[in-house]
Amino acid sequence: MPAVSKGDGMRGLAVFISDIRNCKSKEAEIKRINKELANIRSKFKGDKALDGYSKKKYVCKLLFIFLLGHDIDFGHMEAVNLLSSNKYTEKQIGYLFISVLVNSNSELIRLINNAIKNDLSSRNPTFMCLALHCIANVGSREMAEAFASEIPRILVAGDTMDSVKQSAALCLLRLYKTSPDLVLMGEWTSRVVHLLNDQHMGVVTAAISLITCLSQKNPDEFKTCVSLAVSRLSRIVSSASTDLQDYTYYFVPAPWLSCKLLRLLQCYPPPEDGAVKGRLVECLETILNKAQEPPKSKKVQHSNAKNAILFEAISLIIHYDSEPNLLVRACNQLGQFLQHRETNLRYLALESMCTLASSEFSHEAVKTHIETVINALKTERDVSVRQRAADLLYAMCDRSNAKQIVAEMLSYLETADYSIREEMVLKVAILAEKYAVDYSWYVDTILNLIRIAGDYVSEEVWYRVIQIVINRDDVQGYAAKTVFEALQAPACHENMVKVGGYILGEFGNLIAGDPRSSPLVQFNLLHSKFHLCSVPTRALLLSAYIKFINLFPETKATIQEVLRCDSQIRNSDVELQQRAVEYLKLSSIASTDVLATVLEEMPPFPERESSILAKLKKKKGPGAVSVPELDDKREGGELNGGGDRGPDTAAMSASNAVSRYVLVASSCLFMYIGFVCKNNGVLFENQLLQIGIKSEYRQNLGRMYLFYGNKTSVQFASFTTTVSCPGELQSHILSLNVQTKPVEPLVEGGAQIQQVLNIECLTDFSEAPLLNIKFRYGGALQNLSLKLPVTINKFFQPTEMTSHDFFQRWKQLSQPQQEAQKIFKANHGMDTEVLKAKLLGLGTALLDDVDPNPENYVCAGVIQTKGQQVGCLLRLEPNGQAQMYRLTLRCSKDSVSMRLCELLAQQF
Amino acid sequence: MCIRFLLLFSRQGKLRLQKWFTAISEREKKKIIRDMTTMVLARQPRTCNFLHWKDLKIIYKRYASLYFCLAIENQENELIALEVIHRYVELLDKYFGNVCELDIIFNFEKAYFILDEFLIGGEIQETSKQIVNRAIEASDMLQETMEEYMSKPAF
Repeated sequence: MPAVSKGDGMRGLAVFISDIRNCKSKEAEIKRINKELANIRSKFKGDKALDGYSKKKYVCKLLFIFLLGHDIDFGHMEAVNLLSSNKYTEKQIGYLFISVLVNSNSELIRLINNAIKNDLSSRNPTFMCLALHCIANVGSREMAEAFASEIPRILVAGDTMDSVKQSAALCLLRLYKTSPDLVLMGEWTSRVVHLLNDQHMGVVTAAISLITCLSQKNPDEFKTCVSLAVSRLSRIVSSASTDLQDYTYYFVPAPWLSCKLLRLLQCYPPPEDGAVKGRLVECLETILNKAQEPPKSKKVQHSNAKNAILFEAISLIIHYDSEPNLLVRACNQLGQFLQHRETNLRYLALESMCTLASSEFSHEAVKTHIETVINALKTERDVSVRQRAADLLYAMCDRSNAKQIVAEMLSYLETADYSIREEMVLKVAILAEKYAVDYSWYVDTILNLIRIAGDYVSEEVWYRVIQIVINRDDVQGYAAKTVFEALQAPACHENMVKVGGYILGEFGNLIAGDPRSSPLVQFNLLHSKFHLCSVPTRALLLSAYIKFINLFPETKATIQEVLRCDSQIRNSDVELQQRAVEYLKLSSIASTDVLATVLEEMPPFPERESSILAKLKKKKGPGAVSVPELDDKREGGELNGGGDRGPDTAAMSASNAVSRYVLVASSCLFMYIGFVCKNNGVLFENQLLQIGIKSEYRQNLGRMYLFYGNKTSVQFASFTTTVSCPGELQSHILSLNVQTKPVEPLVEGGAQIQQVLNIECLTDFSEAPLLNIKFRYGGALQNLSLKLPVTINKFFQPTEMTSHDFFQRWKQLSQPQQEAQKIFKANHGMDTEVLKAKLLGLGTALLDDVDPNPENYVCAGVIQTKGQQVGCLLRLEPNGQAQMYRLTLRCSKDSVSMRLCELLAQQF
Repeated sequence: MCIRFLLLFSRQGKLRLQKWFTAISEREKKKIIRDMTTMVLARQPRTCNFLHWKDLKIIYKRYASLYFCLAIENQENELIALEVIHRYVELLDKYFGNVCELDIIFNFEKAYFILDEFLIGGEIQETSKQIVNRAIEASDMLQETMEEYMSKPAF
């Protein structure tokens, strides 16, 4: 039995609670409760009218039983009766029961509302408060309907007691949150705002919560609160710790009110009025200064209250994001906290710095703490703190520190807590992609990710690495080599097998020259994993095998044997069986040409938002990943490829074999490269659509005519085309200005429509603009992305010059970076006339009698961009015997030498 | 302040008080209680007092045998929430005189009344310890005198 039983104790209740506590088992407790319920039920049903005290006691027992976790299906009526009791304690218990056991029984709600109405109009402040508490606790729509218009009146009435005002303000807030349509402030607005000036600090504390919520929804109507809030805050911040009497908490003046005022100000932009703003900045500086003062008490409550205000002030500074001085001070303060002995402060500093990292003023200042944060990730004992450290590393990551941060996150993953692994994996994958300068680093990182935390690598992540490898031809060979090596591990994760199967199926040929990774070795390696894998992975491997047959005819017999064996061709899984049967048939009846078309390399994926980023957003809710988005704007999209469809679903897992072949066969014949030296021709063709191009260029301007031909007999609907400039072209410096007029949305069967693009070259560029075409064909949405063959050489003006002039200029362009050179094998015949035609098609002047060796070709031209002219000299030296060329370019701008060299090396 | 709920439970995971500031089904409540007790009780000593849980921040602190666990919305201030817990403990302490778990078990209704004077609808109504205590004492006085008061002849 308890020693204390203040006020009007209920002995019977105390005995019952003791009994329950003495129960040795759950069964005994239930038995005791059932006995009590039966007793109460009989008392309530009995003929004898119960007195108020008994009623109160039994209702209270029911409440206790309910709070233990048992269902209560009676007693509500008795509780409602208590509401109209004249005795305060009975009324109080009645209200408590109603507040805890809300029942939407409409009959009861009507009775409850009646009782509340009586108490509200009683003018007895204690009764009014009880009624208001009940409304706030229940907060139902019915109550809002009944009281939403009455409560504002109580709130602003001149004769209302302070305590009632406080309850009314918060009660109104609750109703506003549940039924905003029913709470109309209108005429009360200004009087509510002026509660900020109230003498009574408690009234201000309660009212400000209401005002903050209303300001978020209707900022304009409440904007006068800004100056009132600033002056109130200023008075508190500058007061001595004793001024505010009981509102001082452990020597900190009004910490709750201060935090709320700072929070209210975060609903608005910085004050426009200079005087108000000055006063506010002064407040914020004072708060930052106080953080440096020695504590007035050793109690943790003192430092918590003080730092609560400090963190709220920092939130406001970050919200304004306009005072570099304050932002840097805030960052320094948080930097101190990063090494504080209080775990709470380290946690909060990490959390708060995350938002600071996204401000351009403080991003650099945050970055200076990288070592401390990495250390926190490694050494903090508390997983919550480590999680915040990981978040902050993610937020502070940019091009300059990406490699370090990704490496640290990867090494942390090895020992990371299970609860945060998946999120860490997504973050590493996003950073690796976003800041990949060289894509071999990207491939290494993702494969490491799969190795370390394979179970947590979601489909999005491995889809993405494949999309990127497919879209970047410079990394394909490296990727093939790396997955091949990774697959050598005796136990490798199934996700690694998926990536390996896919990449070797597409690009295994790039490493097949090495006898250590000959086609058969590759196949045997993949197949050694086959039996340990799940059905979807096996299906993917089967598709990789059929691709092998196309890439390496010498593996055909071995693979056919595998497909033919019972465990494939009679597999109980229908998908595996179907693939085995179809692939076997395909490989035996199709000619090499057909096979080559059907199983051609996958076309690039259209550029879209990274699917991983989308996943992280979904996981963390909007706003959580705002930092990288900001970086996108700042540095230009680095994201390459994209799309929601996984690579497997795109080409391989369609259950119907026919549709699968159609999909693969429609992979376009990619003719972009062919257009470097010519201006007219067919850019793209599949069964549905043909796209032809005619183009002409003069100086730095160009005009391109695109002809879209519908090859079917059916209309294309919603036909739209868009031209976008990827990568650098998206940044603020446009290199190309491409203007288009929209096309007709309908293309009839057999018809051709035309579109004109006007192109202006502003500065030199390397990435081609992308043409995206969408249309509906028989209900299915078709989506194509193609590179437009706009290359830098299109803006060449030929320049004739003598041998003497040529070599003089050649010497002038002798800085190492001005020259680009490539030695490469001839891809086509080395016929003189063809070479000459190509060099002329390039747009330069082909100069005769310049080079002392008549076998060599030299050309000269000037590239015209809007801003400048770039002089270019070219020398091509064929070696007929070795079937090799040496190509040398010297230009007055180094990036142009590089780009031209890359483009031309693919031409000969 | 935007508090969503407040739970008090013992080291054994026995719930001693539950206060919900938004409408939640009983089923959901039971699930949350289970999540909170397992999560908080699993925490090592001397770790920080904050956790992320779904879209909420969980602020908890142990006082003797009782854990106080507060859920606040995501943009709210953790440290001031920690002091909300402390202020509530102080109020209980003042009322019961060195409060212990048993006081709250046997006088659970008082614990609710004190909370109602301090917080309404998940927001702080009054931060002054004196004023809240005075209000509670006044209502204790009231129960003794109300009968006399009401039986006075009306004019």
